[in-house]
Amino acid sequence: MKPIDPLKVQHTLSQLTGKKLYVHLETTNGAYASHYNQQFLSAGAFIRNVQLTFVQGKIKGDGPYRIGLETESGWLYAEGLTDWELNEQKQVLFAGHDKDGKLAVALELSVTPFPK
Amino acid sequence: MERHVLIIFPHPDDEAFGVAGTILSYTRAGIPVTYICLTLGEMGRNMGRPLIANRETLPHIRQKELEKACELLGIHDLRQFGLRDKTIEFADQQVIIDRIYKVIEDVKPSLIITFYPGYAVHPDHNATGAAVIQAVHRLPKNNRPVVHAYAFSEGCEAVIGSPDIINDVTPFAEDKLKVLEAHESQTAGMIGGLKKRYRQKDEAAVRRVTEERFWTYPVNDGFSS
Repeated sequence: MKPIDPLKVQHTLSQLTGKKLYVHLETTNGAYASHYNQQFLSAGAFIRNVQLTFVQGKIKGDGPYRIGLETESGWLYAEGLTDWELNEQKQVLFAGHDKDGKLAVALELSVTPFPK
Repeated sequence: MERHVLIIFPHPDDEAFGVAGTILSYTRAGIPVTYICLTLGEMGRNMGRPLIANRETLPHIRQKELEKACELLGIHDLRQFGLRDKTIEFADQQVIIDRIYKVIEDVKPSLIITFYPGYAVHPDHNATGAAVIQAVHRLPKNNRPVVHAYAFSEGCEAVIGSPDIINDVTPFAEDKLKVLEAHESQTAGMIGGLKKRYRQKDEAAVRRVTEERFWTYPVNDGFSS
């Protein structure tokens, strides 16, 4: 992955507007967060291969970045995004890595399903 | 002397941290070891230092790391169950128990090493340990393998007591470090520091590398057939 270039990302989001996409969305503190700090509330959410079509998609912020996708009936939102990659399978991968390089958030869009 | 050892863990690298020296002590003595690894750690947060993986490439990278680790450990029978990281407790438990039971029937281990259900922190660890115990309970009491369970949750010893198996794996310490290193995407952030502290004979680091602790699980207690 490489650091997010918001102009290129915006261009990519515009190209995906109106397309039937498969989405992977995830946030995580890691399974050990509450183990290392008992006071810490470990929270996270994960959804993979939900189908979604957005009517407009935007990237905002000065880095880390936020991406918001508006659909006919609702919204998708991710924050803390730092890196991205458009891979050979034409999947658009976004991730937020903390200072130790650990993944904290992921948003991925693809016209074909991700492996289960 | 063990006849055949069956290791059952959910993530590539679970076999490395607190178990690699023990595994090496068996394989170096010529005892066959089978390893069931339930997932490819697809949901790991560590992506290498510098970043070498993303969410989609991580399983492929971890598969190669797992194969390399098995080679270093002398494990020639690796069974990958193809489940997804972080979903084990939500999956059909009977299916998982059946699959584990079939492997137990196949290799007839004298010893199983897995996580101690309820005291192994990660939900996948606890679910794996629980499924293993359920599978072992299907065997008649007089035909059950010994189960050495690995626990590390905060305060676990107040409930389950002290570990009764303490393996000194000093002869395998250097090889254990290589196994940890093989899981590069997951250990790159810590292995340098651990090796340094180990070579400086830092007490905690030496203990972490050379001492492996297990609890013999009471497989014949409580509800069972």
